[in-house]
Amino acid sequence: MRALLRPAQYLALAAYILFLGFPLLWLISASVKSSGELNSLSVNLLPRQWQWDNYADALDRQGLVHSAGNSLVVALVSTALVILIALPASYVLARLKGRIRAAGVGWILTSQVFPVVLVILPLFLILRTLGLADSLAGLTLVHTTYTLPFALWMLQGYVTAIPVDLEEAGAMDGAGRWTVLRRIVFPLLAPGIVATAMFSFVSSWNEFFFALVLLQSPENYTLPITLNMFIGGEGKVALGPLAAGAVLAAIPSIVFFTILRRRLTSGLMAGAVKG
Amino acid sequence: MTVAADTRAPAPAPAPRNRRTGTLARSRRREAIALVMPSLIPILVLSVAPLVMGLALAFTDARLVRHPDYGFAGVDNFTKLLGNSFFWDSLRIGLIWTVGVTVLQLAASMGLALLLNSGLRLQGLTRVLALIPWAMPPVVVAIMWQMIYSANGGPLNAVLGSIGLPDDINWLGDFSTALPAVIVVGVWVGMPQTTVTLLAGLQQIPQDLHEAASVDGAGAWRRFTAVTWPSLRPIVASITSLNFIWNFNSFSLVYVLTAGGPGGKTMVPVLFIYLEAFKNRNIGYAAAMGLVLVIIVVALLAVYLRSQFRDDRAGQGR
Repeated sequence: MRALLRPAQYLALAAYILFLGFPLLWLISASVKSSGELNSLSVNLLPRQWQWDNYADALDRQGLVHSAGNSLVVALVSTALVILIALPASYVLARLKGRIRAAGVGWILTSQVFPVVLVILPLFLILRTLGLADSLAGLTLVHTTYTLPFALWMLQGYVTAIPVDLEEAGAMDGAGRWTVLRRIVFPLLAPGIVATAMFSFVSSWNEFFFALVLLQSPENYTLPITLNMFIGGEGKVALGPLAAGAVLAAIPSIVFFTILRRRLTSGLMAGAVKG
Repeated sequence: MTVAADTRAPAPAPAPRNRRTGTLARSRRREAIALVMPSLIPILVLSVAPLVMGLALAFTDARLVRHPDYGFAGVDNFTKLLGNSFFWDSLRIGLIWTVGVTVLQLAASMGLALLLNSGLRLQGLTRVLALIPWAMPPVVVAIMWQMIYSANGGPLNAVLGSIGLPDDINWLGDFSTALPAVIVVGVWVGMPQTTVTLLAGLQQIPQDLHEAASVDGAGAWRRFTAVTWPSLRPIVASITSLNFIWNFNSFSLVYVLTAGGPGGKTMVPVLFIYLEAFKNRNIGYAAAMGLVLVIIVVALLAVYLRSQFRDDRAGQGR
């Protein structure tokens, strides 16, 4: 019984890794299969013949490249905005005690459990009033706003990790507030800023719901919306290029999250335990 | 020398210093508000305001047209809702989806976290793999699983066929299999993150507690119920609550996988509300549904957290 325990454990682990990894492998494999092989009923994990045409085809579809460009712009601008406006606020949240901090932290936590469905209808109306409905600018602002709470949460954690003594020492040496921030706080905060920026880039890059509701013109579609249109679209779905497009869309997120994994896990832990 | 000088003349200092810290605190507060403002404005305009409006819209007959002209409808939306069997159906489906995903996620993650914590190799690989489902765009996840579930040349049917089971199931298109199939994808997405969190929690439990229990002759199950579970309880309570809310509110995955079909068998409430608002254009009615949804989630969570709290107190009394 005891002797069987270890093999059984490894078997369970293998089953999990298969469950986790197989769909991904299948997607990648489909992206390098020929259309003949995809449409035949043969089922094999490794393609008979590796071919990269699907990637060329995917990139050849104007919609895909254009919407990837839209996604990139929205994600980059909203990331820049998130960092720019979250940085000062997170500094205040981390360093200030009292009501502002309590209210801020309270809001951050509540917003994590926010029912987006109740917000989406008025949000649509507000953006329409502002003349930002169906625009990348509107979507960028929405992504910025809804990434802010978590970004604030991450950043204030990084600020808290910087000892106040360091700042006080700087102030004692006659440095002004701004010099202290520039010479002491920002350099120490750099890794945290990079991590938060990556997180906010990925959130925006992956985001589907807001984009679906707020964007109506195909020329404004972001990558997830265009990919969804390819499946939902009429006529025959070209599986190979679709798989290739999906792989391409997933690459930035996976790369960033793999780099980030330790920091994110600890950040989420803090959120989960305190939330 | 300086110390002596300080103690000798303490008297004149307090009053001006107090006044100075007073202005300092005031200017600091002004500074703080200025620094927080840039975050506050977008949050107020695009997050708090829509929430308040959402609550208000639920009591109107607003429709989605170019120039909304709508009026107060009182509780009309809510009375209409009571008689809408499709909404009740979607609530039922939403609960099956949410509870199904949350419970399976927790059970599987717990097993796996215990497994990984028992000193197996491959922990590193598992952790790298773990964040992938969570990092991938939901649309990509959905496309991927549509391929897995495909009735024509999908690998799932192929595997079933090779062991002599029926191999022509249209997993996402069949009335009886669609919801379970979608739930499996939900578990796939959320389970790794839950596992990593639970594993981190397990690793915080002091090893000597387990050893002490072992010395007292406790078997594996007894050690789990007496040591592991009680220490893990707060983490389990919070991730279950969070997973519950996330799953209940999750939209993209189901929308792309099945769009609520076949025949409404996977029509979770969020999807139902989306269609009511943006396809049927009944904004007020949809907002009322949203409000009912929020109340239900909050109520369920309150019951759950309360039961957790009561158990805690009972545990302390023991």
